[in-house]
Amino acid sequence: MSKEENTANRPDNTAFTQQRLPAWQPMLSAGIVIPGFVIIGVAFIGIGVALFVTSQNIQVLEKDYTGIERNSSCFKCTNPRVKNCNCTINFSLDKLFEGPVFVYYGLSNYFQNYRKYGVSKDAVQLTGDLAYFTEPSTTCAPYQRDAKDKPIVPCGSIANSMFNDTFKLFQIVNSGNVEVPFDGKGIAWWTDYNIKYRNPTTNPLKNAFNDTVKPIFWPRPAYELDPTNSANNGFINQDFLVWMRRSALPNFRKLYRRITEGEYAKGLPAGDYALVIGYNYPVLAFEGRKKVVFSNVSWMGGKNQFLGIAYLVIGSLCVVMSIVMLIVYAKFKFPDEE
Amino acid sequence: MIIDTPTSPITSGLPLFFVITVTAIKQGYEDWLRHKADNSVNQCPVHEVQHGKVVRKQSRKIRVGDVMLIKENETFPCDLILLSSSRDDGTCFVTTASLDGESSHKTYYAVQDTKAYTTEEEVDSIKAVIECEQPQPDLYKFVGRVNIYMDNEPVARPLGSENLLLRGATLKNTAYIYAVAIYTGMETKMALNYQTKTQKRSAVEKSMNAYLVVYLCILIGKAFINTVLKYVWQADPNQDEPWYNNRTDAEKERHIVIRAFTDFLAYMVLFNYIIPVSMYVTVEMQKFLGSYFIMWDDDMYDKELGESAVVNTSDLNEELGQVEYVFTDKTGTLTENNMEFIECCVDGHVYVPQAICNGQVMPGSDTMDMIDSSPGPRARVTEELFFRALCLCHTVQVKEEETVDGIKHGLHSGRPSSFYISSSPDEVALVEGMKRLGYTYLRLKDSHMEILNREDQVERFELLEVLTFDSVRRRMSVIVRASTGEVYLFCKGADSSIFPRVVSGKVEEVKDRVEHNAVEGLRTLCVAYRALTPEQYEETYKLLNEARLALHDRDRRLAEAYDQIETQLVLLGATAVEDRLQEEAADTVESLHQAGMKVWVLTGDKMETAAATCYASKLFRRGTRVLELTTKRTEEQSLHDALFDLSRTVLRPHRDPSGLGLDPDPVSGLSGECSDFGLIIDGATLSAVLQPGQEASSAGDYKEIFLEICRNCSAVLCCRMAPLQKAQIVKLIKASKEHPITLAIGDGANDVSMILEAHVGIGIMGKEGRQAARNSDYAIPKFKHLKKMLLVHGHYYYIRISELVQYFFYKNVCFIFPQFLYQFFCGFSQQPLYDTAYLTLYNISFTSLPILLYSLMEQHINIDILRKDPTLYRDISKNCLLRWPIFIYWTLLGVYDAMVMFFGAYFLFDNTTFTSNGQMFGNWTFGTLVFTVLVFTVTFKLVLDTHYWTWINHFVIWGSLIFFVVFSLLWGGIIWPFLNYQRMYYVFMQMLSSGPAWLSIILLITAGLLPDVLKKVICRALWPTTTERIQVPRPQPGPATPAFIQRHHQGCVPNLVVSLYV
Repeated sequence: MSKEENTANRPDNTAFTQQRLPAWQPMLSAGIVIPGFVIIGVAFIGIGVALFVTSQNIQVLEKDYTGIERNSSCFKCTNPRVKNCNCTINFSLDKLFEGPVFVYYGLSNYFQNYRKYGVSKDAVQLTGDLAYFTEPSTTCAPYQRDAKDKPIVPCGSIANSMFNDTFKLFQIVNSGNVEVPFDGKGIAWWTDYNIKYRNPTTNPLKNAFNDTVKPIFWPRPAYELDPTNSANNGFINQDFLVWMRRSALPNFRKLYRRITEGEYAKGLPAGDYALVIGYNYPVLAFEGRKKVVFSNVSWMGGKNQFLGIAYLVIGSLCVVMSIVMLIVYAKFKFPDEE
Repeated sequence: MIIDTPTSPITSGLPLFFVITVTAIKQGYEDWLRHKADNSVNQCPVHEVQHGKVVRKQSRKIRVGDVMLIKENETFPCDLILLSSSRDDGTCFVTTASLDGESSHKTYYAVQDTKAYTTEEEVDSIKAVIECEQPQPDLYKFVGRVNIYMDNEPVARPLGSENLLLRGATLKNTAYIYAVAIYTGMETKMALNYQTKTQKRSAVEKSMNAYLVVYLCILIGKAFINTVLKYVWQADPNQDEPWYNNRTDAEKERHIVIRAFTDFLAYMVLFNYIIPVSMYVTVEMQKFLGSYFIMWDDDMYDKELGESAVVNTSDLNEELGQVEYVFTDKTGTLTENNMEFIECCVDGHVYVPQAICNGQVMPGSDTMDMIDSSPGPRARVTEELFFRALCLCHTVQVKEEETVDGIKHGLHSGRPSSFYISSSPDEVALVEGMKRLGYTYLRLKDSHMEILNREDQVERFELLEVLTFDSVRRRMSVIVRASTGEVYLFCKGADSSIFPRVVSGKVEEVKDRVEHNAVEGLRTLCVAYRALTPEQYEETYKLLNEARLALHDRDRRLAEAYDQIETQLVLLGATAVEDRLQEEAADTVESLHQAGMKVWVLTGDKMETAAATCYASKLFRRGTRVLELTTKRTEEQSLHDALFDLSRTVLRPHRDPSGLGLDPDPVSGLSGECSDFGLIIDGATLSAVLQPGQEASSAGDYKEIFLEICRNCSAVLCCRMAPLQKAQIVKLIKASKEHPITLAIGDGANDVSMILEAHVGIGIMGKEGRQAARNSDYAIPKFKHLKKMLLVHGHYYYIRISELVQYFFYKNVCFIFPQFLYQFFCGFSQQPLYDTAYLTLYNISFTSLPILLYSLMEQHINIDILRKDPTLYRDISKNCLLRWPIFIYWTLLGVYDAMVMFFGAYFLFDNTTFTSNGQMFGNWTFGTLVFTVLVFTVTFKLVLDTHYWTWINHFVIWGSLIFFVVFSLLWGGIIWPFLNYQRMYYVFMQMLSSGPAWLSIILLITAGLLPDVLKKVICRALWPTTTERIQVPRPQPGPATPAFIQRHHQGCVPNLVVSLYV
């Protein structure tokens, strides 16, 4: 056999083929892990304390207005036959509720994350495609067409079940009630408002909805959602968009308004307040609860004790573990280092 | 009925499609390779005689009855009846090395009436009919008849195995032959000895399937639990159908059972990702790509052969790390199959042929008398007699031709090139040894043997009688008459059969030397002579003739005659021949022992030879108590008694000191002198042991006792084995109650059946034949490569694949368990937690490459340490990394991580906002948060397990995390025109814009990894395994190294001579 033939079969002698690539070979030894745990633990405890303190400073005011108790002012509205019911909840603040204040409505035992519910919309229709106005997607069933077989726009369960209670806040001062101005701009995601959802380009908007019907549950058609602001109608209505972003869990809050204007921009001063509620949304049938929440936020968002506490717990665990390991190693004379 | 699936068919189908495609490509490629190999055999050209002309055709076209022309060194393509040969006497020489491992040349005979037909035309004119038996697998049996029509008169001749040339054997020392095909293709004896090739599955694969069943149960369980809970929960009509989520009329009308069933199926679809479909493809890829590292291994490249290791089946890489029993062939596997004369000892003086080491000084040569030292006149006579005896007492034939092979033999002397052929390679070695000591056997001419003595004079001896060798007597003799007229009987044989017959000579000195040599693993023979007076010769002649002419009991009477003749011998000396071991064979066997493997030698060779090799290869050591279970013994004692005796011997030392009964680890007895047993058993006894006896119970008992004995022996030698018996042994051990993993290694076609039977079959790329290599799972050039194959590659692949399997299950639990938990919070409505893209890509792109690369690159211990310390192999024995406790640990870890991820996100999302602008996140953000934590956690888990970080690992691990982030940014950053939903639009970016999301991702990843880190550190400190102890970086570069090298040197056979003929 000739020499060339011999070498032809010979495997390449490279570091890769011989599995001898230079490599970093770390080892989880006590020398690394114990200091590592201490560092992580201390850092986490630090973060935890910061989060916890921040969270403690956030003010939250929750008012359940479902009206279950007979003495509650909203009890009268729980009767489904009562239409356009208004009720008022009074509360007082004994110190300044720092601004900017955010007003949320909260629903409990409400499953926006039902699968069937979640798919019950027509994403293309909501981009303003007129073809889907007349032929909504079948996923919208049973809110695809009404009894007269007219297409529903916007179709589907999500749109149909849009939250329609209204809130007005009044500060009770000597001279009478002063309405606290609510700001409804920018409560939905910017991308939802500006990109994802689009109205048809038809002008006036109303014409696009010819031959369609409004969702069965809605009092007004989509193009009249906000009579005060024509740019806030159709599919790019802020409240509609907030509602269309399905919540992850059955107890949820959605942003209703901000208080950013006038003298209340700095917060709600101490005093008495009246919250006037346009009670339309039925929740008692499925044992749901409704509430309105006033909250201010910090850099880390709303009040959330969990994150701070979790950081503290994990951080302390790390420290405790490093002590335990130290004891174990001391007792077993650092077998690693032998 | 349309089943409404929670995820789109593409989501579930794409990974499956991907898996199937990759598997199909891999299988197709391997099939194509097999096809190519088949073709090369089927299309190999052969020569056929047709109408008096030689025609070339493909071997697959041979039909029964075709007359073939075979030339020297060609391999027979089918079973043939020899018609005539180029030699005048109608004989031909054949080596059946690739069939039964015997490399000696065997003589086959042509049919007497056809041997004169030696040209194509003549052969074509033969008219004959051959009748023969149905094809049967016994290589040594053949019965047939040929009717030759000569002048229309049929002449019937018997055909026996001496006429039958077997497929796979090779024609030697004969220019050409004509032969007729009688068995072809699958009916040839070689093919009938093939074990059918069955799909081998590794132990890892079996564990994998067991785990899969568990996961399938978990899947069904989860789906079932959720379905039941859903209907329990929905019993309240308000929950069933709140006003905001009305069902369509069609749904309302559906029967509850159908609804429940559809729900069950929907859950199955939702949770199906827990079954790691992509694990199978990853395992396949890992095996396929991983096998390249075996092929590429430069340490397993043999310069002499120009070959590197070959992987025929990549399915068994990890099985190499699990071997408990090694069955090895002897000839050509442990040994080079190349005898060499080492020394002879005459009256206690040791003679060593010169230039044995090509100028190198032999180890221990200082103790030896060289030939020039004059032992005195009396000794001189003995010495010459001894040399003559060896030159005369043999059945060697001389071939006086210059062929390529001749170089090997002819180079030693300047004389005309000639070389020796014999059925016993030992004889050739002896005669050659004599040649180097100055006495050359020239030829047998007119029943005179000619010797060229040291003075270059030709001495002639008349060969009177040959008392042929047989394995019972274990000796042979010749009676010769010198030119001076004296008659001598020269006898040579095993020491045990010579010493009792010796009456004078320096018995003690010779005995010492013989024992010394035997311990060194050399094959020793003793030589003695007896001078016969003419009267004694007459008597002898009569005795022999009578016996030969006897019609009844000829064999017995001949044996008696031999026994009478070979008496009153004078001891001349002894010889030592080495069946050279392959390089590092002893070291390899020793390493295998240290690694806890039991090594069995299965050979067709005779017992003495095999035993000598076993000593040389350190299979049996000085301290080993060798037990024999052979025909010789069972003749004296019934099999039953012999077995019970042995089992008592074997079990006693274990039972008495410990009082615990069986030693749990018999191999640990290596250091202890007395507990180290070796067993020798021969084929006949073995079949008696395995034979189902009259009473069914006793046969089972024998088998059990035999296994019990074997279990306590660190080494077993099985000699005189037929190819199928080798497979039987392997099967027996495989089926024993521990179900150990077996490995068979061999080089010849006779090893094929055992190679196919064993869990892992390894073929040595022998000089003769490639059947073994072709039928094996792995082929290596030399026996020594087995060490790296098992200790390094086997170990690595086992570690790698077990991590791969466990990790895959783990990461799928992490993946799907949150989805399961989410059902409790979405009204059991099968709402997917993750987006479609994430569901699809999780297994095929976000988390697949890091583990694949881990399973290709991981080296928890360095190659060199693994090689140096074979005991590390025990750390992974018995499939220890895939035991149930470990599997449960991984699964629980997965469940824990899933809980941390899900509930972490749950509490975080609990009624609060994440952002300083007060906006709320929806369900897809929730899923994305969980998914992000998931991808990072499972990847970091792998990071924690990786011990060997090459740039590739860095690239792939960090790369796949970066890919996930980039993909998510892209996926959410663009309105994808081909999608009819845009639910992920901007979700990932929104999440990243929030501080608490970052903080919680960091928190949850840390919390997920914490217990595993803790477990690792604590276990390492409190209960470190050997592996973990080794892993600790040492302050000095390995204090264990020098000690080891020392041991390595001791392990070498002192007179192991490295091959000279390169």
